[in-house]
Amino acid sequence: MAELTQQAGTAPATPVSRPGRLRWNAALIAGTVLLVVTGVVVTIAALTMLESAEGLSPDIAQPASAAHWLGTDDFGRDLFARALVGAQASLLMALAATAISMTAGVLIGTAIWTAPRRVREFALRIVEITVSYPELLVAVVLAAILGAGRWQLVVAVALANIPATARLAANLSGSIHQRDFVTTARLTGVPRRALISRHLLPNMAEPLLIQVAAAFSTGLVAMSALSFVGLGVQTPDYDLGRLLADALPAIYSRPIEVVGPTLLILVLSIGAMLIGDGLAAAADPRVNRTAPRTPPATTEPRQRDSADAPEPAESSAPVQVRDLVVRRADGTPLVHGVSFDIGRGEILGVVGESGSGKSLTALSLSRLLPEGLTAEASRLRVAGVDLLGRTTRRELADAVAMIYQDPGTTFNPALRMGSQLTEVLRVHRGKSAREAREIITGLLEDVHIVDPPRLLRSHPYELSGGMRQRAMIAAALAAEPSLLIADEPTTALDVTVAAGILRELERIRDETDTATLFISHDLGVVEELCDRVLVMKDGVIVEELSAEQLRSGEVTDPYTRMLLESVPRLSTTPGAGA
Amino acid sequence: MTAEGLSVEELTVRFGRGARATTALDGVSVAVPAGHTVGLVGESGSGKSTLAKAILGIVPTESGRVLLDGTDVSGLGRQERRAFLRRVQLIPQDPYSSLNPRRTIGQTLAEALDPARARVGRHTDAIHAALEDVALPADAAHRYPHEFSGGQRQRIAIARALVTRPEVVIADEITSALDVSVQAEVLSLLARLRQERDLTMLFISHNLAVVEQVSDEVVVLHHGHVVESGTVGDVFADPASDYTRSLLAAVPGRRDSPASAKKGAALR
Repeated sequence: MAELTQQAGTAPATPVSRPGRLRWNAALIAGTVLLVVTGVVVTIAALTMLESAEGLSPDIAQPASAAHWLGTDDFGRDLFARALVGAQASLLMALAATAISMTAGVLIGTAIWTAPRRVREFALRIVEITVSYPELLVAVVLAAILGAGRWQLVVAVALANIPATARLAANLSGSIHQRDFVTTARLTGVPRRALISRHLLPNMAEPLLIQVAAAFSTGLVAMSALSFVGLGVQTPDYDLGRLLADALPAIYSRPIEVVGPTLLILVLSIGAMLIGDGLAAAADPRVNRTAPRTPPATTEPRQRDSADAPEPAESSAPVQVRDLVVRRADGTPLVHGVSFDIGRGEILGVVGESGSGKSLTALSLSRLLPEGLTAEASRLRVAGVDLLGRTTRRELADAVAMIYQDPGTTFNPALRMGSQLTEVLRVHRGKSAREAREIITGLLEDVHIVDPPRLLRSHPYELSGGMRQRAMIAAALAAEPSLLIADEPTTALDVTVAAGILRELERIRDETDTATLFISHDLGVVEELCDRVLVMKDGVIVEELSAEQLRSGEVTDPYTRMLLESVPRLSTTPGAGA
Repeated sequence: MTAEGLSVEELTVRFGRGARATTALDGVSVAVPAGHTVGLVGESGSGKSTLAKAILGIVPTESGRVLLDGTDVSGLGRQERRAFLRRVQLIPQDPYSSLNPRRTIGQTLAEALDPARARVGRHTDAIHAALEDVALPADAAHRYPHEFSGGQRQRIAIARALVTRPEVVIADEITSALDVSVQAEVLSLLARLRQERDLTMLFISHNLAVVEQVSDEVVVLHHGHVVESGTVGDVFADPASDYTRSLLAAVPGRRDSPASAKKGAALR
């Protein structure tokens, strides 16, 4: 708990966008206030009210009164004072158990990952097995073995909590271990202890803090339960569970006796849980982004330049985009009024660096914008389908198909290729499984897959990246889309494989009417493949070029020129001479 | 073969055991003479990154030797091995994973200088000099990695590798996670440092054009075998192996390539 309040104390007054800084939220504030106030009150009570809590007096079994807020018990002891003092005992025991289980769990979890591989595998299995036993059950068994008493109770609950923490810490450090900075630190010769304290622990702080709150809360409840059933604290010592057990025999005659301990257990565990929830929310950046800080930019002018510009009246191009604006939830525009057409059988390239808005432009056309982003435009049409209005999934599937960057993640690894590739045909076109298979087999042959039936039988992991990307193209073509969007389809592939994929796209252009939107950061690829190229920067089209202009370097915009000059090119090539 | 510099002789690395073992490197020999940069080219699965890891001892080797200035590094004791790892530095590929997000740039550089204690105060001058080398302001030392762009982070990673004045630098795909304009900037920085420091470098990349720009010599790796090696001019102008030829033919966007593009079409 000490860490929690300390962390709370260092939080900045103004929202800072730095990750790792604690961002306050309602649950966190409520939990902290609840715990801190209760903690202070019971600590003061333990120092000042000991006499009335433990001293015998002639006021036996009194009801609630101004002198005794919750009455007295059979020995004349003040029940309010007893509840507070007992709560202090419970609080301290829960803190001790939390401290022990967290320290041991984190040590075990991190040490596992600095150990040799065999030891690690063995230790991980052990931790997994121990996690499978319910914590309370383990605590009951341990408490029975260790015998009754305060410290025995603390140890039993702490031990029961260790496996969960150890597994969390092991999982967290496992993922941090794969990162390069740990490898470089190891190579540099950073000692093991420093490796843990500098690199592992700081990067797993948030989940561990949340675990602290959870361990405290469950620990408190578990201890109270054990004391209540007589396995924990024994008379004359008392904690909240013991007080409840003492109150039980008189529950019908003096029900007020259970009120104090019950309320305190509730307040303490709810406080800890609220802190846990609050920390979890603070650690999740998505939760914090819900409220826009700036008012929506209503003054943002709708760009109508192209409407003023001489526009080919009612162009017949299958893909028409006018004044496309993509905004974040807070109104910040990311794409500022982009307009273009793609003709039948034309490949339009869009190039730009990260953050240029090229992918957002493409995603608007397939209505796949990430959550929180909205697209508006004066016209957004693909083959007669108005993407601004309501479209059915089927219309969309018929109009637009996509090929993604990473063929490793586009397929479901658990399903065979056959069912995934024929899905569009079966679901949207109502083809039978056999028809769909025949069509897709033909398409796979078209993209130069050697043995289509075998590919349809295999799982994605059995295929190379190039084969998966070819299969992706075949699936995209199965819907006979009017627009094919290829978002960096060759970036994740080796050059020789990428060259093959580019040839497939060329062939599609030559053999079908499909319009292609080809997105890439690689000018070399774009100038080889595309008929026309848009260069984007910061959400604006800075230049439109024909492929010839790009190839011959006839560019006017300084940004395009800079891009072109940045592309490393082979100056020595076979045949061209040294 | 010169004794000075880094060299690898007949290195074999196998993963797994028995029938399911895969050979990642099969008798690979590469020599990086002092003051030279050798580009290591290959496609995914060719074993380029495995070679880097084997040199640094991150993956165990089955046979073969790694020599630094003529000394076999496999038989080194703990202390000597540590010294070797200071003389040979790795620059990792991904600038988002190579810097600890919870430590300032100064702390990261201090750790490279003094792994055990990592005190920033004691190494202020060296840290500022290292940052200046990669054209970053001195106040960058007090900032955290997330305050920098990908290109700046990669420059910090370069500074981290060079701050100990290593004899050999292994750069593993250091520009492949960057935008082209940023890549150009990092490459020109590397070219300048190479000239100023007379660096010995093993430059690993899948991008032939980048390798051509940076390296003196080039080694082409395919399925764990060296298929070709020689000076950049020789290998690129007149490749001896079919594989190298097909790699060169597959590079997109060359201005006069009708013949080689057709040749590439024969490939799968």
